[in-house]
Amino acid sequence: MNRPRDTQISRRGFMRGAGASLAGLVLSFYVPEQIARAAPVQPKALPPPNAFVRIAPDDTVTVVIAHSEMGQGIWTTLAMLIAEELECDWAKVRSEHAPAAAVYIGPAGGIQMTGGSSTTRGEFERYRQVGAAAKDMLLRAAAARWKVPANKLVVEKGVILNGKQKLRYGEVAEAAMKLPPPASVKLKEPQAWKLIGKPMRRLDSLDKITGKATFGIDVTLPDLRTAVILRPPAFGAKLVRFDGAAALKVPGVEKVVPAGDGVAVVAKHFWAAKLGRDALVAEWQKPEGGGVNSDVLLAEYRKKAQEPGTTVASVGDAAAALSSATTRFSSEYELPYLAHAPMEPLNCTVKIDGDRCEIWTGTQFQTVDQKAAATILGTTIDKVQIHTTFLGGGFGRRANPRSDFVAEAVTVAKAAGVPVKVVWTREDDIRGGYYRPAYVHRMQVATDAKGNPSAWDHVVVGQSILKGTPFEGFGVKDGIDNTSVEGLAESPYLERVSAKRVSLHTMKTPVTVLWWRSVGNTHTAFAIEGMIDELAHAAKRDPLEYRLALLDHSPRFAAALKLAAEKAGWEKPAPEGRARGLAVHESFGSIVAEVAEVSITEGRIKVHEVTCAVDCGSAVNPLGVEAQIQGSVVYGLTAALYGKLTLKDGQVQESNFHDYPPLRMFEMPKVSVHIIQSGAPMGGIGEPATAPIAPAVANAVFALTQKRLRSLPLRLA
Amino acid sequence: MKLDINGVVRDIDAPPDMPLLWVIRDLAGLPGTKFGCGMAQCGACTVHLDGQPVRSCVLPVSAVGARKVTTIEGISSDGSHPVQRAWVEADVVQCGYCQSGQIMTAVALLEKRPDPTDADIDAGMSGIVCRCGTYNRVREAIHLASRLKRGNR
Ligand code: FES
Ligand code: FES
Repeated sequence: MNRPRDTQISRRGFMRGAGASLAGLVLSFYVPEQIARAAPVQPKALPPPNAFVRIAPDDTVTVVIAHSEMGQGIWTTLAMLIAEELECDWAKVRSEHAPAAAVYIGPAGGIQMTGGSSTTRGEFERYRQVGAAAKDMLLRAAAARWKVPANKLVVEKGVILNGKQKLRYGEVAEAAMKLPPPASVKLKEPQAWKLIGKPMRRLDSLDKITGKATFGIDVTLPDLRTAVILRPPAFGAKLVRFDGAAALKVPGVEKVVPAGDGVAVVAKHFWAAKLGRDALVAEWQKPEGGGVNSDVLLAEYRKKAQEPGTTVASVGDAAAALSSATTRFSSEYELPYLAHAPMEPLNCTVKIDGDRCEIWTGTQFQTVDQKAAATILGTTIDKVQIHTTFLGGGFGRRANPRSDFVAEAVTVAKAAGVPVKVVWTREDDIRGGYYRPAYVHRMQVATDAKGNPSAWDHVVVGQSILKGTPFEGFGVKDGIDNTSVEGLAESPYLERVSAKRVSLHTMKTPVTVLWWRSVGNTHTAFAIEGMIDELAHAAKRDPLEYRLALLDHSPRFAAALKLAAEKAGWEKPAPEGRARGLAVHESFGSIVAEVAEVSITEGRIKVHEVTCAVDCGSAVNPLGVEAQIQGSVVYGLTAALYGKLTLKDGQVQESNFHDYPPLRMFEMPKVSVHIIQSGAPMGGIGEPATAPIAPAVANAVFALTQKRLRSLPLRLA
Repeated sequence: MKLDINGVVRDIDAPPDMPLLWVIRDLAGLPGTKFGCGMAQCGACTVHLDGQPVRSCVLPVSAVGARKVTTIEGISSDGSHPVQRAWVEADVVQCGYCQSGQIMTAVALLEKRPDPTDADIDAGMSGIVCRCGTYNRVREAIHLASRLKRGNR
């Protein structure tokens, strides 16, 4: 087969041309991955099967999932990997979350976490090895029972056969688990796969449709109390004093205790705690200088964008090439702060017992949270036990290097002296910080006779997600936080541009920020795909043809674009009153092209159809891939059409779903998903479809109205 | 006060203005009904009162009276209700947090409209937010449940 050229190679091409200052760029797309890569390489020992899989006498196979199930379907994909090699009966397979422990840290080392769209591709080897090792042990146990060589035995759906003799896995499991694991295993060839690559339904459906699934907010314990916290009303505000008397009068309220920057009301149940919190009287010192205003902030960002920042990547002399060019374009793109707003409000349950502590929560960051709790309690992380519950959505919010919602709950439980579940209200969530940062991009581009870019000067202005966090050392290189610029210098659109510069102004504000599904790509893809579309139209060329011409050295990108366009019927005109726009972007090792078909209905942008082509190398569970692509499109489309937080005097103005609206059923486009199994290294799937949707829609709106929308959310007037 | 939840009459000691949601979750110990917004915006807290879907997060428990409360736990605990079966078949759930509300609303919708059009589904389901974006499959599952319920499958 003619293997498409790996995009990594083209990236390295840019690297060579640009010199060593680019080192940060190719490292990775996501910080935890960077940490993983920075960790010392472990000797290749097989994972201990007993930590990852248990087989009960009734043949039930329980797969222990080292990552957090937050909707992305890894309870199913990781189980598929083990079951593939174990050759057990899929109908008997169950999953459960692993505790926080060193053995569950990803194969490359680092921390136990879920993020960077890394679970399935990161665990592809390890979970299959576990399945193969467990099978080997089961066969040896059966062989010992029958006194025959193990290699004479065959397995069918969890039943070991020796001629006419049969033993179920459940019958030899106990003996098998006592055997030493094999020194090495041979994994199946892909042609022999029975599960991998097949559309498989989720293993967590039944629990989630019967109300039985336990999310963090559902945790109960004897004597558990619920706490609701009053947090600073504005970024930079400080608590001066508080009076808990009125709160303590609310029936059911038991205690009022200081909690980090705020005050916690501890009560018998949520409702009492919430009423108590609302009854608290607190005096706050206003933020210095009056607090942040997002309008003022963005105006400042726009001003900054007029000057180049710290160089991220530079080839040739972009400034000179631009000043001597005859055809030039200059555009600014803007994106606001965004909250993640996972469906389940944040919460964390903590029980402290001497120097030990147990935590129940839906977290993406077990190891980091363990450390935060241990620090607060003055103990060691082995004394901090984390029970990972189901996560009612994560999107990055539950992976905080500062462990905010966990640290806070530990503080409250410590101060209250009882087991406590801290529950956030939706208002607490929308106003509680840790947002996708706001950004301004300014691009100055010169074009050649055909209208193709010949010089490109790209300035990014925004806050760093990682500076000042424990991850700074890994994710920030030479002052450049990769999450501020990922997807730009390595964009295949820029590969042939001979004079180019990407530079960054890293801004400081009191607003706390965090990664948000697909991280830096959320803003870089919007800017670069918008600009490319502008250039295509300026050159009076078809947006698809224009892109394909620029991408003719990047076959995977071109293939994804072509497939999405073909399936969307790009060649045919859109139905009356509608138009199409497209975008393609690579992130987390996957390339996603999207075509959006839009109309303007009652003065609003209506997205009717979204056609996606995704090259994730290979798909373990195509049914799960489809769900993640659809979900990412919804997440990105919500941001494209509505997502915006406004700050006034340091205070977030939005508070709940009425003014921070999510996409709903009536405005849901039909999202079709076409998977390209290119055979490239496996990419991630939880995030990469998020970023292309905003530019695809904006580009479609342009095709329809000749109006170029360069800021999010997209507003017609 | 007495409250009939899923056919079981319970004695509940709650202040009259306490929302039904928190009575169900924290006092009756039925956590399947979820809290998403607390202001009738997301539908995660949807339960039935005498078969009618309501937002339990804004309904004071004192307003329930003698009406029968049904929560997701009362739909079927083994997933055998046609709507639940359709949900499994269409592989709808992602994080799952909104799904009790989706299912309770869909069950009520199908009672009113046994063979709903897409427009019926838009009208009936738009109050239930899914941040994971399962809407395409929710729609598919409702059509499927309609067929299952009417026995043509
Ligand atoms: S929690 Fe009741 S509608 Fe959102
Ligand atoms: S499945 Fe996660 S919010 Fe709907």
